[in-house]
Amino acid sequence: MERNNGMNRRKFNTALAAGGALTALAPFGIARAQGGKLKVGVLLPRSGFEALIGQSCQKGADLAPEVIKSMLGVDIEIINADTESNVNTARTRAERLIEEGAHVLVGAFDSGQTVAIAQVAEQRGVPLVVNIAAAPQITEQGYKYVFRNFPTARDLVTNGLSLIGELFQATNIVPRTAVYMHVNDTFGQAMTGGIKAALPHLTQLPFKIVDTIPYDPAARDLSVEVSKAKATNADFLLLVCRLNDAIVLRREMVKQRWSPMGVIDPGSPGIYEEQFAKSLGKYADYCIDNPPWYNPKAELTHVVEAAFKKRNPKEHFVYHGLNIGYTFEAILIAADAFKRAGSTNPKALADAIRATNITQRMCLGGPIKFNAKGQVEGNQSACVQILNGTPKVVLPSYAAEAKPVFPWPEYKSA
Amino acid sequence: MSASLIANVVIAGVLTGLVYGLMALGLSVIFGVVRVVNFAHGEMMTIAMYAAVLLFGAFKLDPLLAALPVAALFFGLGYALQAGLINPFITRPEHSQFILLVAVATILTNVLLMVFGPDARNVQTDYMLDSWAIGQVLFDKARVFAALAALATAAGLFTFFRYSRTGTAIRACADNHLGALIVGLNVKHLYALTFGLGAACVAVAGCIMTLLVEVAPSVGPGYTLLGFVIVIVGGLGSMLGALLGGVLIGVSEALAGLFIDPSAKSMFSFGLLILVLLLRPQGLLGRKP
Repeated sequence: MERNNGMNRRKFNTALAAGGALTALAPFGIARAQGGKLKVGVLLPRSGFEALIGQSCQKGADLAPEVIKSMLGVDIEIINADTESNVNTARTRAERLIEEGAHVLVGAFDSGQTVAIAQVAEQRGVPLVVNIAAAPQITEQGYKYVFRNFPTARDLVTNGLSLIGELFQATNIVPRTAVYMHVNDTFGQAMTGGIKAALPHLTQLPFKIVDTIPYDPAARDLSVEVSKAKATNADFLLLVCRLNDAIVLRREMVKQRWSPMGVIDPGSPGIYEEQFAKSLGKYADYCIDNPPWYNPKAELTHVVEAAFKKRNPKEHFVYHGLNIGYTFEAILIAADAFKRAGSTNPKALADAIRATNITQRMCLGGPIKFNAKGQVEGNQSACVQILNGTPKVVLPSYAAEAKPVFPWPEYKSA
Repeated sequence: MSASLIANVVIAGVLTGLVYGLMALGLSVIFGVVRVVNFAHGEMMTIAMYAAVLLFGAFKLDPLLAALPVAALFFGLGYALQAGLINPFITRPEHSQFILLVAVATILTNVLLMVFGPDARNVQTDYMLDSWAIGQVLFDKARVFAALAALATAAGLFTFFRYSRTGTAIRACADNHLGALIVGLNVKHLYALTFGLGAACVAVAGCIMTLLVEVAPSVGPGYTLLGFVIVIVGGLGSMLGALLGGVLIGVSEALAGLFIDPSAKSMFSFGLLILVLLLRPQGLLGRKP
């Protein structure tokens, strides 16, 4: 019995030879690619205060293997990790994913969590493809393994403000004044800094900001803020918000009978989210937001939307399209690099990602190409207007699903 | 700055403050009699808000009407909570009571998260976004109805404590616990009754609050803190003080937002709290210990 089960000389030599071969091949990634499968570690805040958006992004990760298999013929295994909306958890989950054999990391929606994951990815030499996170420093650290297919905060603001100019041109309206209201948190202050820096350079924007009103992100009541804004008699409201405050604020505008030309958000979340339209009904209509968005007319969008409908028959794609689009594209970038590299070796994957040139994409913008810093340039925003309770792309014209309505129908010139 | 703008802001502050006052009233009543600080107060109000949202979703029941059955339910739950869980802690050290109610609050928040998820929910009545205008001054209908309901509830509670035999007995327990025991009052029953009334009060506040704000599982702790600020300013244990504290907080936040910085509104509530603690520790209408 002992002889049959134990290690004899022949078995030992065979094992040694196999081990030697594995060790020799490991640097080239050949051994790790034995199964022909790319393991993608997806880090998202699926619980905690960012759970709603994290779960929305997750839908993009869930459908990616099937769609990418049909597109590229590449097998992907998704290993999910929940960052719990917490920076420290994000860091430890990234470590664990690498221990579990993830060849590439994707994530993590939130800038703070992404910064922590990027440090781990760089230290361990495993590529990270950022799906959504706008903090500029993520691609300003000189990292070799960190790549981002999402606009930086500065690009977000510039794209959003440029679209406001296009909106005025498309509707032949020239508002002269705006009152600027913003949520007073890190994001709101970053956007405010970006807006104040960008506005003087955007000469096509004809308006002047007559007052800036910051407000508490946890405010239960925005009646005072809206009263102050109304008292400025500005032509329109320029708004940087989040979801709950956007709802409270819009309600307060109706109560206080304030109907400026419109509400325009240069690109923060809130207005295009499902809860906004659900909570406000008809009063959600005509509000405008200019976030990075997906192209509703792109061929790839139709493919992804069909896969989404199959998995989530009761949900509306439009409310998840942005999160799904950028998460799906991040995994697509990894899969495309894997196909070209023919290896799961981290360095080979990173080199292949650096040479990415994906022209058939779902999100608005030019081809996915990384610059020397690992940043995709040319991602675009869309002017999204709520029409009949649904967000519709109204600009740019090549992706438009409807014509923009500005000013609001109830607007009465003073 | 126009007079109409100031008038609008002050009116909104007063109306919202009355609803805050009603919320804090429950906290004040419970402390005034049972001498237990209910650290689960905001979470209880959140449950009442969800109850109003569910009743509206199922039967289109206006939150002002939903307040009646929800208050009755909360009275029973409050009675059971006091009789079954809190009464054994009455004679224990304050930190035991504190940790017990913090545990209850944490459990309630997590149960709400499990049942309803993290999404915010609301009701949409016909009048919610309407307002009356007198010249340039606007009266938000929902706020006016909410404030009237708050006043009516507070008046009912005040009448009960002042003129009913049970109310008098409860006040006797609050004034002299030992004396109440000696004359044969069923103190534990009266404590449970008081907790039930406090819970019913917060249930009404929760229902009418849905006319003004959305509800999510995470809003509870914020309301607990707000309730404490109000009752400490007004005087812990004083019913009228709770209403006054609510109005003061509502108006001071509104005026601070108008004249100084809207995002620093809550800073002024806490500033007012520190001022009261320094100059009149028992609160504006509270009695010296």
